[in-house]
Amino acid sequence: MNPNATAVGGIYGYSHTTGGYDGGQAELVRVPFADVGPTIIPEWMSDEDALMCTDALPTGYFGAQLGDIAEGDVVTVFGAGPVGLYAAASAWLMGAGRVIVVDHLDDRLELASRFAHAETVNFGQVDDVVVHLKQQTDHLGSDVVIDAVGAEADGNLLQHVTSAKLKLQGGSPIALNWAIDAVRKGGTISVMGAYGPMFSAVKFGDAMNKGLTIRANQCPVKRQWPRLFEHIRNGHLKPSEIVTHRIPLDDIAEGYHLFSAKLDGCIKPVVVPTAA
Amino acid sequence: MSATTPYAREARTGIPSADELRSRIPGWGADLDPADRPSYPREIDAVPDTAHWHLPEQQEEAWPRERSIEHARLTPVFGTSCPPRGLSGAVRKLAYARYSEARAAHWLLLLAADRIDVKEQAALALLRGRPDDPVTQTGILGERRYHGLSSRRRGHRVDTVHHPLDPVIVGLPWIAGGWAAWRLLRRARR
Ligand SMILES: NC(=O)c1ccc[n+]([C@@H]2O[C@H](COP(=O)([O-])OP(=O)(O)OC[C@H]3O[C@@H](n4cnc5c(N)ncnc54)[C@H](O)[C@@H]3O)[C@@H](O)[C@H]2O)c1
Repeated sequence: MNPNATAVGGIYGYSHTTGGYDGGQAELVRVPFADVGPTIIPEWMSDEDALMCTDALPTGYFGAQLGDIAEGDVVTVFGAGPVGLYAAASAWLMGAGRVIVVDHLDDRLELASRFAHAETVNFGQVDDVVVHLKQQTDHLGSDVVIDAVGAEADGNLLQHVTSAKLKLQGGSPIALNWAIDAVRKGGTISVMGAYGPMFSAVKFGDAMNKGLTIRANQCPVKRQWPRLFEHIRNGHLKPSEIVTHRIPLDDIAEGYHLFSAKLDGCIKPVVVPTAA
Repeated sequence: MSATTPYAREARTGIPSADELRSRIPGWGADLDPADRPSYPREIDAVPDTAHWHLPEQQEEAWPRERSIEHARLTPVFGTSCPPRGLSGAVRKLAYARYSEARAAHWLLLLAADRIDVKEQAALALLRGRPDDPVTQTGILGERRYHGLSSRRRGHRVDTVHHPLDPVIVGLPWIAGGWAAWRLLRRARR
C-alpha cells in the first residue's frame, strides 16, 4: 500500500517513495496487514537462516527465477553481495549449466566459488570485463545475466560519482550496462539491483537491438517462502553461511560503517541485540 | 565455436552433463520444472486466504495525505510516521500536489526536501541539547577497529578511488555550517 508512488507497494525504511513507512530498526514496529505478511518460523530453522529469509535470500532466489533459466543455461551474476551469492546458488536449482559471478572484492568472489559453486571473475583484474566474459562463453555471451549490484555500482568513476555521490542520475547503471553487453542476443536480464526513480544512463539501444528480455521487480518475499523453506530443509541452500560479522547493538554506528565501506571482509553482518 | 552457427545454442561448449552437475551441486535441478518455481505463473490475483478483508478498511487521514497524483484515490492504508513538517514538509507537499512521477521536478523537489530535512533535524537536535556527533555517529571510528587501510589495500578493489570523496561529502556541510555560524557570530559582535 503506497500512496506516494504507483511503483511497488509499501516498504519499511524506503521513505516517501514507498508509502512513508519508517525503517524497522526501532523499539516498536507497526505491522500493517499482520494477518497476511508474517509467517511462523519452522521449529527446525535457525534464527540466522530465518533472518536471511526476510530479504536477501528470497531476492536472490527470485532473481534467478526472473531469468527464466532453462537446463544447461550459462548464467552470469554481477555482484557477489548477499543477493548475488544467493542468486548464483539458486541458479543451479533451476538447472543452470554454468554459473559465473563477477565482482571486484576477492573475499566475496572466494565465497561465490565456495558457497555458490560458481566460476568467478574479478573485474578489477581484467582489462575489459565484457570481452573477458565473451571469451569465457564461446563468444556468444551468457543466456541469462542477473544484475545484483544496483545503483551504487563501481567500475566507472564518472557513472559512480554522478549517481551515488552527486545524485545527478537515479543510479549508476554500470552493472546493468555490462549485463546488456555480456548477455547473448535474445537473452534475458534479471534486474534485482535497486535504482532510484530518476533516469539513469542505460545503454537501451543495445538492449533493443539485441532483442533482450529485461525483467525486474522488488522481490515478493512471502511468495518465495514455502518452496525456499523446503530448499533450506533439504540442505540445497545454507543461507547463514554467508554471515561474516555479528555486531552488538552498542556498536551499531561502527557496524554500519564496516558494512557500507565493506571493511574487514564484511559480506553479511547481523545485528545482535543481546550480545552487548 | 562452430563456424557455421555462431549464434546458435549448439555452439556452446563446456556445459557439464546433468548427472555430473547433480552429483557436484546440492539441489541441482530441483526447480527445473517452472511449475515448481514460486514465481510461476507470473501474476496471481487473489486476496490471501488469511485476510479477513477483501479491500482493507480505509485508514483515517490525519492530514491531507500527500500522494502521487497518478493514483485514482488514496490507498486504504498508508504510513503516518513521516508527516511533512517545516520547510522540508512544504517542499514535499508541493512535489506531490503539483507534479506526477513522470516529471523530473517531482523527484528533484523530493531530493531537495530530504537535504533540507537533514539540516532541520540537525538544528532541532542542537536545540534539544543533543547535537549530532559526526565522529561517533558516522561510525568513522570503525576504520581503526575494522582495519580500514588494509581492508582497502588488499586485493583488487576499484571503489577505493572514490573513498576519499566520502569524508568530503559528509564533512563539507559541517565545515560550511561552522564557517557560516562563525561569520554570523562575528557580524553580531560588531
Ligand atoms: N529487488 C529486491 O527485492 C531487492 C532486495 C534486496 C536488495 N536489493 C538490491 O540488490 C542489490 C544488491 O544487494 P546486496 O545486499 O547484495 O548489496 P551489496 O552492496 O552487498 O552487493 C553489491 C556487490 O556488487 C559489487 N559491485 C559493484 N559494482 C559492480 C559491478 N560494476 N559489477 C559487478 N559487481 C559490482 C560490489 O562490490 C558488491 O559486492 C542492491 O541494489 C539492493 O538494493 C533488491
